[in-house]
Amino acid sequence: MKKLINAPEQVVKEALAGMADAHADLLKVHYDPDIIVRADAPVANKVGLVSGGGSGHEPMHGGFVGKGMLDAACPGAVFTSPVPDQMLAATKAVSAGKGVLHIVKNYTGDVMNFEMAAELAAAEGIEVASVVTNDDVAVKDSLYTAGRRGVGVTVLMEKIVGGAAEAGADLAEVKRLAEKVNAHGRSMGMALTSCVVPHAGKPTFDLPDDEMEIGIGIHGEPGRTRVKVGHAADIAAMLAGPILEDLPFKQGDHVLAFVNGMGGTPLIELYLMYNELNKILTSHGITISRRLIGSYITSLEMAGCSFTLLKLDDELTKFWDAPVLTPALRWGC
Amino acid sequence: MQITADHVIKFIETITMRVKEQRDYLTQLDSAIGDADHGVNLDRGFTTVLTKLPSVADKDIGTILKTVGTTLVSTVGGASGPLYGTAFLRAGMASADRFELSVDDLAVVVEAALEGIQARGKSTRGEKTMIDAIGPAVDALKAARAAGDDLLTSLRKAVAACQAGMEATIPMLATKGRASYLGERSIGHQDPGATSAFLMAQALLEVLEASQ
Repeated sequence: MKKLINAPEQVVKEALAGMADAHADLLKVHYDPDIIVRADAPVANKVGLVSGGGSGHEPMHGGFVGKGMLDAACPGAVFTSPVPDQMLAATKAVSAGKGVLHIVKNYTGDVMNFEMAAELAAAEGIEVASVVTNDDVAVKDSLYTAGRRGVGVTVLMEKIVGGAAEAGADLAEVKRLAEKVNAHGRSMGMALTSCVVPHAGKPTFDLPDDEMEIGIGIHGEPGRTRVKVGHAADIAAMLAGPILEDLPFKQGDHVLAFVNGMGGTPLIELYLMYNELNKILTSHGITISRRLIGSYITSLEMAGCSFTLLKLDDELTKFWDAPVLTPALRWGC
Repeated sequence: MQITADHVIKFIETITMRVKEQRDYLTQLDSAIGDADHGVNLDRGFTTVLTKLPSVADKDIGTILKTVGTTLVSTVGGASGPLYGTAFLRAGMASADRFELSVDDLAVVVEAALEGIQARGKSTRGEKTMIDAIGPAVDALKAARAAGDDLLTSLRKAVAACQAGMEATIPMLATKGRASYLGERSIGHQDPGATSAFLMAQALLEVLEASQ
């Protein structure tokens, strides 16, 4: 498979070097253990926000480090959870004495590594709270699986909780808000093509030219069903239906609609999908009052998209609108 | 015969070799039901472990195993980093200050490792994980010890039980880890974690047989 890389084992480090130089005004990159830290960290009188996960989902999480969002991100190997040394180093780098929140996506490896890091940080006298995102409605049977996966809601949580932390909320308050975002958000994704992990060099799964996977995870994990590719309107209905039923979202709700590209889908198709989603929500009497359209939580070069809906209230809207200045999201600054 | 600190160093070196040899096989097993990184991650971890061994070569078994554990936690990532890391850390705690282990000691040390994995992974037998290979090995080791078998005989029985446990993961339905998202589709594939656990058990037997 053709890729713009030098060597598979150098991909993460070389990309980090690029980020460090491109965004030197916003962040610093430290190596061994690898962490991306807000340039002015630790910020006095502020709860520190740390997230992380396998690489290959860019701009998540490193692209969300900056004012009004994350204080630090821990990039693991591609699709592999980072190690506790990274989370511990990040936690210490952003700790300003008001505690640190770990934002963890619900994958077995991420949860265990963050748990170990939290134990190590506690042993060093840093107060750490954790929140786990698990918004993927494609995973039906949570009892007999590792539970629902954390996907699109993670991006929205990092922004909203980042706004609250910047405004001076304490650790308990920041954690409460993070849990509220997770409780109010649901997602589902689909893939038109597989991704290719650099060290594997071949597609993670085989998907015939005329088929798509509905309910895909962000590492190419299988979804609910594999069906023939249809029109965008039908695909939008297949994603929106399970999301709407699950919360459930109701007539009169105001939502933040997040149409996310998986990495290999052009923005023109994402806007087209947003248009379809808007029609569906309008027909249900649901109002889109905020929106985010673009590739923010990706799966390397996978083509496809995901929908995330977050039920908004005044508090969530206020912190979504708060100023943010990061490589990937910036407004109000 | 007793397990010496020198055996433990050779055991870790042998694991490193076997993991490197089987790297693509482990990754291939993982691509069927996981995320295609088990071999690569373990290889990265044990390759780093190898560089740390000279600094603990004259230390007690507990120190050697704890060094292996902390290094794996720091370098492997994913789920296998915390799981194998915790296993070696607990094994190291159970063998602190010891320079020799009897068959009785070995059973205690391996059981400590197993309990560490179960606690960290919040998992039990029958969920298609490394526990399904390590659990039967611990049972066999204890039974052999009770029967009065010597170290090598006990270990051979444990490795055979480990292999049977590994193979028994093939028809299992995964309910933990990333393989669980496959549901019924996880049936028919051997668990990569159970497979790497078997490679480790085999490495210990190989070292002890060679030193006889």
